[in-house]
Amino acid sequence: MYAYDEIDRTLVNERVSEFRDQVKRRLSGELTEDEFKILRLQNGVYLQLHAYMFRVAIPYGTLASNQLRALAHVARKYDRGYGHFTTRQNIQFNWIKLAELPDALADLAEVGIHAMQTSGNNMRNVTSDQWAGVAPGEIEDPRIWSELIRQHTTLHPEFSFLPRKFKIAITASDHDRAAIKIHDIGLRLIKNEKGETGFEVLVGGGLGRTPFIAKTIKHFVHGRDILSYIEAILRVYNQYGRRDNIYKARIKILVHELGIEKFSREVEEEWQHIRNSSLQIDDEVIEDIRSRFAYPSYEKLPHMPDQLRQAAADPDFEAWRKNSVAPHKVQGYSIVTISLKPIGAPPGDATAEQMDALADLADKYSFGEIRVGHEQNLALPHVAQRDLPALWKALDKLGLATPNVNLITDIIACPGLDYCSLANARSIPIAQELTRRFANHELANLIGRLHINISGCINACGHHHVGHIGILGVEKNGEEVYQITIGGRADESAALGNLIGPGVKFDEVADVVEDIVEAYLALRERPEELFMDTVKRLGVEPFKERVYATR
Amino acid sequence: MTSPLEQKKIKIAGPSVVTANRTWDGIVVYRTAAMSWSADLSEAAIVRNSDEAKALLAESVADDVGAIGPYIAPVQVGADGKIEPGNLREQIRRTGVTIGQPVQV
Repeated sequence: MYAYDEIDRTLVNERVSEFRDQVKRRLSGELTEDEFKILRLQNGVYLQLHAYMFRVAIPYGTLASNQLRALAHVARKYDRGYGHFTTRQNIQFNWIKLAELPDALADLAEVGIHAMQTSGNNMRNVTSDQWAGVAPGEIEDPRIWSELIRQHTTLHPEFSFLPRKFKIAITASDHDRAAIKIHDIGLRLIKNEKGETGFEVLVGGGLGRTPFIAKTIKHFVHGRDILSYIEAILRVYNQYGRRDNIYKARIKILVHELGIEKFSREVEEEWQHIRNSSLQIDDEVIEDIRSRFAYPSYEKLPHMPDQLRQAAADPDFEAWRKNSVAPHKVQGYSIVTISLKPIGAPPGDATAEQMDALADLADKYSFGEIRVGHEQNLALPHVAQRDLPALWKALDKLGLATPNVNLITDIIACPGLDYCSLANARSIPIAQELTRRFANHELANLIGRLHINISGCINACGHHHVGHIGILGVEKNGEEVYQITIGGRADESAALGNLIGPGVKFDEVADVVEDIVEAYLALRERPEELFMDTVKRLGVEPFKERVYATR
Repeated sequence: MTSPLEQKKIKIAGPSVVTANRTWDGIVVYRTAAMSWSADLSEAAIVRNSDEAKALLAESVADDVGAIGPYIAPVQVGADGKIEPGNLREQIRRTGVTIGQPVQV
């Protein structure tokens, strides 16, 4: 966990006071909505279909148990008793009253949580691998660098009025769990031949109306230079990014229109002006941040203890362990992913009771720490293997032990037309129906790793472009219509999916997905060939034929 | 932000209302004939042509403290005068999400 210093605490508390005054002036009529809108957006407050929506940042996906309890408290006291974890390590509350928002923010500030820069045209919450600091083989903990960037960019005047929102993600593992290639800037922590820490820098990724996979702009930027290099990218974007057309304002459009070579030259030129400035990071700064991350005092434990061997006789436990438990960098410990995708439930939602209970389990089994992943699941990052059977039983009682992590029912979905003012079609009911269709665990296991992503509009908050099966809801002649893509992925081999054909109606979506899955099961060469491998080998055509032959 | 009055020429294809979200708590409200806001669609003022719609919207926009983001939404008016939302979006705004919520309200 990262411990805030006095500067952080003062900043967060002052922000609450400032927003309290702004809300007061808005409610009295002193501020018009036109004047207030930018202020509320800078504090994570949107207006959705039914109410205000309040988005709270969970920087680099790390939460302490007392922070999770504070989120539960906000859900219970100011909302309707639940929250929704998003695809960018935030949590959203859907029913907040504007008049009560300053109190909610004040309650969160007590545990160091805020909503700064969770919306608006500024630098958004810096996201990272939810297994940061515990994943075997990781170069080093990417959250140290995430925190450095968070400190530098929070309320940075030059980055507070960008042409459009700006998102950075960082990974330090070979397997990319942070989806860095679909971010404005993606950073991959690496070591050079001298063993020095630095970054491969990617730029111009993003989904939405015009999706692009990020391109590498520089193969190695030394860690001490990363702030100046990011700043150089942002300066070029700030100077040339379009402000006249919201649909062309993201950096991905600029990179595409200039071309990565020209864009890179512009950045390089800018960088030479600022590289040797105060933006150069001393080792002491990094070490100071590193020292503020408290790591658990792990015990010396055996791998595969007796408790785990005995529990393996229970097929239900084994089904859960196989999909939810991952190796840890410390022997005798595991990383446990907690599925927020129960069959028939909205993906990513957690009740206040679940959050409170999870906080207790984190205290008991995970050194008081919880992680949030972009797949809309949570994780306990430091669980002793001997405790896995007891943890599983406790999670099962809470409805949080669905053994479907990375399987077809582990669906990413945006709130869609049930909540969102931008949406054209519903997402959650589609996800719910799909989880019911594939509820049989043996079937889901037989299918293997398969990610379905659903968005209720072209803005792509459900990341449909990079779903193995992507579903995009649109509106056509007053009806919800869904376009289906296959072959997308969000990891280190990120790719955009390909459309399989004309859109289908709301009631047909689950049937179409079943057809695609049946085609895959018939076409795969062996059980180990994953859906994505079959799509890569055969392309879209056989799936298209199967889906549209009878439609 | 561009005023909704300037966004585009106002055209309506049938009976419509002006709807918005109440400023202090964000709930869905409808403009009434009494120049006020109501959470009850049955109390909404119905407009049937562009001029009426424009006038009702202008009046609604002016009440910036009462409600935000006003816009014209289609409705269906039954033979008995009962007003129903004219599309799925407005139906959801009126009756709530189409899914069960994790916690019963």
